[in-house]
Amino acid sequence: MLRKIRIIAAVVCFAVITLLFLDFTGVLHGWFGWMAKIQFVPALLALNVVVVVALIVLTLLFGRVYCSVICPLGVYQDIISWIARKRKKNRFVYSSSISWLRYGVLAIFVIVFIAGVNSVFALIEPYSGYGRVVSNLFAPLYQWGNNLIAYFAERMGSYTFYSVDVWIKSAITFIIAAATFVIITVLAWRNGRTYCNTICPVGTVLGFISRFSFFKPVIDEEKCNSCGLCARNCKASCINSKAHKIDYSRCVTCMDCMEKCNKNAIKYAPLRAVQKTTENNNNTDDSSRRKFFSITALFAFFTTFKAYSQMVDGGLAVIENKKIPNRTTPIVPAGSESLRNLAQHCTACQLCVSVCPNQVLRPSDKLSALMQPEMSYERGYCRPECTKCSEVCPTGAINLITTADKSATQIGHAVWVKENCVVIHDSVSCRNCERHCPVAAIQMVKQDAENPDSLKIPTIDTERCIGCGACENLCPARPFSAIYVEGHEKHRTV
Amino acid sequence: MENNNKNEINRRNFLKTLGIGAIASTAALYGCDSKNKSVGGTVIDTSDVPTDKMTYRTARNSGDKVSLLGYGCMRFPLRQKAGGDGEEIDQDTVNQLIDYAIEHGVNYFDTSPRYVRGWSETATGIALSRHPRNKYFIATKMSNQSEDAVTRSREGSIAMYRNSMKELQTDYLDYYLLHSVGGGADAMQTLKERFYDNGILDFLLKEREAGRIRNLGWSFHGDVKVFDYLLSTDIKWDFVQIQLNYVDWKHASGFNTNAEYLYGELSKRNIQSVIMEPLLGGRLATLNYHAQNVLKQIRPEDSPANWAFRYAGSPENVLTVLSGMVYMEHLKENIKTYSPLQPVTEHELTTLEDVAQLMLKYPLIMCTECNYCMPCPYGLNIPAIFAHYNRCVNEGNVPKSLQDENYRRARQAFLVGYDRSVPKLRQANHCTSCGVCAPHCPQRIQIPREMERIDKFVEHLKQKTEF
Repeated sequence: MLRKIRIIAAVVCFAVITLLFLDFTGVLHGWFGWMAKIQFVPALLALNVVVVVALIVLTLLFGRVYCSVICPLGVYQDIISWIARKRKKNRFVYSSSISWLRYGVLAIFVIVFIAGVNSVFALIEPYSGYGRVVSNLFAPLYQWGNNLIAYFAERMGSYTFYSVDVWIKSAITFIIAAATFVIITVLAWRNGRTYCNTICPVGTVLGFISRFSFFKPVIDEEKCNSCGLCARNCKASCINSKAHKIDYSRCVTCMDCMEKCNKNAIKYAPLRAVQKTTENNNNTDDSSRRKFFSITALFAFFTTFKAYSQMVDGGLAVIENKKIPNRTTPIVPAGSESLRNLAQHCTACQLCVSVCPNQVLRPSDKLSALMQPEMSYERGYCRPECTKCSEVCPTGAINLITTADKSATQIGHAVWVKENCVVIHDSVSCRNCERHCPVAAIQMVKQDAENPDSLKIPTIDTERCIGCGACENLCPARPFSAIYVEGHEKHRTV
Repeated sequence: MENNNKNEINRRNFLKTLGIGAIASTAALYGCDSKNKSVGGTVIDTSDVPTDKMTYRTARNSGDKVSLLGYGCMRFPLRQKAGGDGEEIDQDTVNQLIDYAIEHGVNYFDTSPRYVRGWSETATGIALSRHPRNKYFIATKMSNQSEDAVTRSREGSIAMYRNSMKELQTDYLDYYLLHSVGGGADAMQTLKERFYDNGILDFLLKEREAGRIRNLGWSFHGDVKVFDYLLSTDIKWDFVQIQLNYVDWKHASGFNTNAEYLYGELSKRNIQSVIMEPLLGGRLATLNYHAQNVLKQIRPEDSPANWAFRYAGSPENVLTVLSGMVYMEHLKENIKTYSPLQPVTEHELTTLEDVAQLMLKYPLIMCTECNYCMPCPYGLNIPAIFAHYNRCVNEGNVPKSLQDENYRRARQAFLVGYDRSVPKLRQANHCTSCGVCAPHCPQRIQIPREMERIDKFVEHLKQKTEF
């Protein structure tokens, strides 16, 4: 019974969090955005005391249910392990804890955390690791599926579905996500919760706490016949059936052992209260099929991605793709306040990158901010009506901001590159940047003040410019725009 | 402006030209055909397309019996090249379409060296050369509009003329036109440069004498001064190609001249008209709800295109009506419309004028998708943007205000449909207002201004701001 509740809760949490990374419309985030915010590390980074305390209390009461219900990476491993079990039953064995590794990793994690080198700890942090896998590997599948539906919707005259661009936002992040995916999957396939109990810093912290938890699975030595079935079904390898001991620091409270035990010798109860209490033999067979979703898709590992292909119709000039200009300071979204704030709070979970509807956010390739979001305007610009990234960020790296505040936040400023400007280059009139500037920071002035018929060139009022990139994105000069945005280290308010 | 009294007179004039006798006989023939029934809103009944009922008109100067339906070769279907590297004409489909057209009595094929990115003549030549030369008439054009000196020079223009014969695999042309006169910033000046200063007109007249051009004429768009001028010279024109449909008859947009005037002037001089844009670039094929309703009330089984073609073919001085048919269904439907022609009645003319008035209430952009403005140097797909906008106007998806009842639905339909019909990089927000396109537009649409207007509208929708 307890196990079934755990499974249902886990699957729901898992599905919702996964969908948060898949849903590009941003509809789901209004309802379930909090699911990302109750994740341990994001809450810690956001200094969300309520959540952190609640999670600690939860663990103190019930053990590491966080790991088997709330943590999407944990549930993901359970799913893999569950599939592996179909091949080979009773495949786990008890092993003793590798404490030096666990606490060693935790120590490093804490050090880099304090030092603010988030790009390192983001690599092993479970929630963001899972986010990267979904946003890099599963989201494209989801989007292709969506595009297929949109294709048919278009033919049926429906406007409900629209197609989206599928593209690799950062090769490095993609590779890291793919590596994470492979490693975690292989470990889970072979040994269940190895990652959680050796590397995962959250697992180590919660494991330490859960030693003192009130409720825990306890072996009733009188009933136990030391058959070892529980140990062979413990994905955390933490049951020492011979000694009738359970390593609570590693137990993720999955309740599998309790259902497996033929003798009803394991109970989930306060440790001291374990007495010979008779219990009605609830021999419900674990035949319930978890048909929540098919996981075959997980194994389709995509190494080749179709590059963003451009539709070129008949009689149309070929449009060269824009290239990323060399920005000395990266641009980060309004709400992140400063590069420093973002770097210190971001776990690189890719949630903001996944929801950005304008193809602006992508993971950074720079070592100092590896996989953390940065903006670039080749495919779109930061549109005035959108504040999606700030709405979804669970860590306080991008704080919630209103559209009005966003339009008054200078995240960067535009720079005019004279030699690229078509007015100068091709001697044609163009005022596309001026026309699209939402804050009227661009003024067209005569190239030659003496000549009344002179073509006009853009000038930028950097005091007004908010760095949204409309000018850069819509500039006709290609591959490099004649106007581009330089980021601000610290955002200012107009 | 619209004077009821005047309308009456004009309508009568129009009818006079129809040849009343024809109405009775053909109407009887057509009306009895009980098989012409089909289900559904738009009637594209393609069963039983007759092969021997086509209405023909006799060209006065050459005696040619020309089918009332002329095949416009400006919108041939395209396909991806085998290597995936760009596009080419789908010659197989073109052959199929042209074979079908000839089998069903169509014999007038109108092309130009400029059409379909310059591929039209070649494709037309390939398809037609598979048939006996006396089975069809070829019309092509002196398309030396381009402003570069070589094209406009005598040598360049003659080379274009000779190349047309080569591409069309023939040693004579049945109909030859000075292409799109009336265009250019200074239309008279452009006319002089294109045909007089370089002596090309004299050359073409000599070719006509020599029999290599059997009928000489011109196609007209734009400045009516040029139209009047060409008619005032003592050159004997065999035919003139004009834009005629039930909207342009009295309500020509922009710089265009009412077809009523053009057709009237030509008829006065006993010159036959070849009709282009009978569907106003497809806009008369997909009418808005109200206009459609008016027509369906009278002939529930006829499509709007059906009406438009009947209208264009009815005046007796019309030699042929051109239609750029891409799909077999359209070809079949048009053949049926003219096999034989069932001229519009006086009552129907009144109705069509009502429909024209209804159309004018909708702020459509008068684009006919002729593609003369293309390619845009900045990669915009101008006709596709206009087509999307017009479609949304017709479907009621262009909200007037944030408070509109159907704002949400219309917004979604407009924006999602926009991304579907025009790739993002080719949308209106990329227009630099460079103005290269505007002079090429035969409808004289202020393209950059319209682009800016559509862009603003899209911004309002995206930001959900009040207009």
